[in-house]
Amino acid sequence: MAVLRNRTEKAIHWLFLGIATVSIGILVLIMFFLFQEGLPIFKTVTLQEFVMGHYWYPTDDPADFGIFPLIVASLFVTLLSAVISIPLGVMTAVYLSEIASRKIAELVKPVVELLAALPSVVIGFFGMVLVGPFLQKTFGIPIGLNLFNAGLMLAFMSIPTICSIAEDALYSVPNSLREASLALGATELETIVKVIVPAGLSGICTAIILGMSRAIGETMVVLMVAGGAAMLPGSIFDPVRPMPASIAAEMAEAPFRGEHYHALFAIGIVLFLFTLAFNLVADQIAQRYRQSGEASL
Amino acid sequence: MKDSSEESLSGENGRITGIFDKGAGLNVRRRIQTLWFTLFRGAALVNGFALGLILFFMLSRGWQAISWEFLTQPPRDSMTAGGILPCIIGTLGLALGAIAVALPIGVASAVYLNEYASSGKITRIIRLGISNLAGVPSVVFGLFGLAFFCIILGMGVSLAAGALTLGAMTLPVIIGATEEALKSVPDTYREASLGLGATRWQTIWRVVLPSALPGILTGAILGISRAAGETAPIMFTAAVFFTPKIPSSIMDEVMALPYHIYVLATAGTSIEQTRPLQYGTALVLIALVLGMNLVAIIYRSKLRKKMR
Repeated sequence: MAVLRNRTEKAIHWLFLGIATVSIGILVLIMFFLFQEGLPIFKTVTLQEFVMGHYWYPTDDPADFGIFPLIVASLFVTLLSAVISIPLGVMTAVYLSEIASRKIAELVKPVVELLAALPSVVIGFFGMVLVGPFLQKTFGIPIGLNLFNAGLMLAFMSIPTICSIAEDALYSVPNSLREASLALGATELETIVKVIVPAGLSGICTAIILGMSRAIGETMVVLMVAGGAAMLPGSIFDPVRPMPASIAAEMAEAPFRGEHYHALFAIGIVLFLFTLAFNLVADQIAQRYRQSGEASL
Repeated sequence: MKDSSEESLSGENGRITGIFDKGAGLNVRRRIQTLWFTLFRGAALVNGFALGLILFFMLSRGWQAISWEFLTQPPRDSMTAGGILPCIIGTLGLALGAIAVALPIGVASAVYLNEYASSGKITRIIRLGISNLAGVPSVVFGLFGLAFFCIILGMGVSLAAGALTLGAMTLPVIIGATEEALKSVPDTYREASLGLGATRWQTIWRVVLPSALPGILTGAILGISRAAGETAPIMFTAAVFFTPKIPSSIMDEVMALPYHIYVLATAGTSIEQTRPLQYGTALVLIALVLGMNLVAIIYRSKLRKKMR
């Protein structure tokens, strides 16, 4: 009886371990299919031409497959969104964890969660029909759908990510640190800036990186709002075409397993590598500088 | 720059002492604090403002489009009139299909990580895999679904392919929520059950999972709402511009709310003419997604109060 029970237990243990590896399996499959469908493009162009080429005319004859403008566009919209979302996200986190009373925090947190829950297509639609025309009128620019608009919309998609992870980090700073600082005569602000934030800094960095990773991979917003011109932008009010937008917009027209199709998968590889790098860096920071009690300060 | 002897007094973070004049009295320091706290409060307010602005515009422009006909009829006159019933059904089908795939796998993964695994190398790799899966861009999931489910497994553009793609994407959400739920089950429950002679599995099945069930359900609701709102993963795998019929099998292609908004707003010749329909569809999607989120949030806060 006991032997049977033991055997069943072992079997269940292994079954669950097997299921737990499904996530890794999916991740491996994603990489496999990206490479399988993406690599054939390098029979047509070299890696250098693909990544550094300035012209993206995939449907011309002969076609140009240079994704440099798309990479630059992705980086620019991400950077612009980061400039907006980092201060707002981190400050909201500080407010929620250190300043707001419990009652107010419990009101504000759902607001941030609902902001995170808004479907990206809705935010893209909002940017398209309302923010676009507004920018056009206010700044007197010819096109409202541009780098600035996309960065702004992306910022509001990454604020919730940054805010919730940063808040967790601040929340886990031991109370004794706060008390010690206040007891030494520091004001609450001084305690926040000189004690709490430095103590939670690794978590805040993780939050920022994951927020940027979310922004660079976000598709619908840049597809609808960035303007779609595959050129290097001259100003922040120029239309651009970030990588996810190119994939989403062109996949339907690309002939199955033609050059264009392979090129779009290859863009997928580049995009995947960007987010993978962001996530690995975030993971490293979270692992290495894990705050354990007061000891690591 | 202040002189360095004074800097060193404030420890290694001396570089930011510039904003705090140490010579100043408590009053000045208090006033600076009030100023900064107002700024922090303002940052938090911006979030509420953004959410409010989006909701206000969608409500004020979308509510006129909402009618019984809009919710219960298919589109007519090459999508310039009629309703969005096929989109609602398609989105519900996709989201429920996704959760049917992701929930069992996600819960089992979380059970392994929280109940069985010791913090060894395997666990570390699994966790890294999950966090990286969570970071994969939605459009890359779309590419993956297209190459794997639609082409290799021969599903074509179908409800099944879309649901599987969305399921893969929702998996990390479910795992995260379930782990949180499992962690909130007190260890004394486990110890009591094991002490009575139950095996580990019996303990999990009869004691741990039932206590964690409400938390897991909350996670499932969040997963459904996430899947319902996604567009990029279903663009190449499940959704079509227009199909007159309601899907009758999981191998049929479907219309979906998010894709419908995107198509109406960007493609076609009558973008301005269908504007009210776009607002209406967006409002229905928002109501669906935020409604589910609100239910989950309220339910969870009740749970947490009970836990205390």
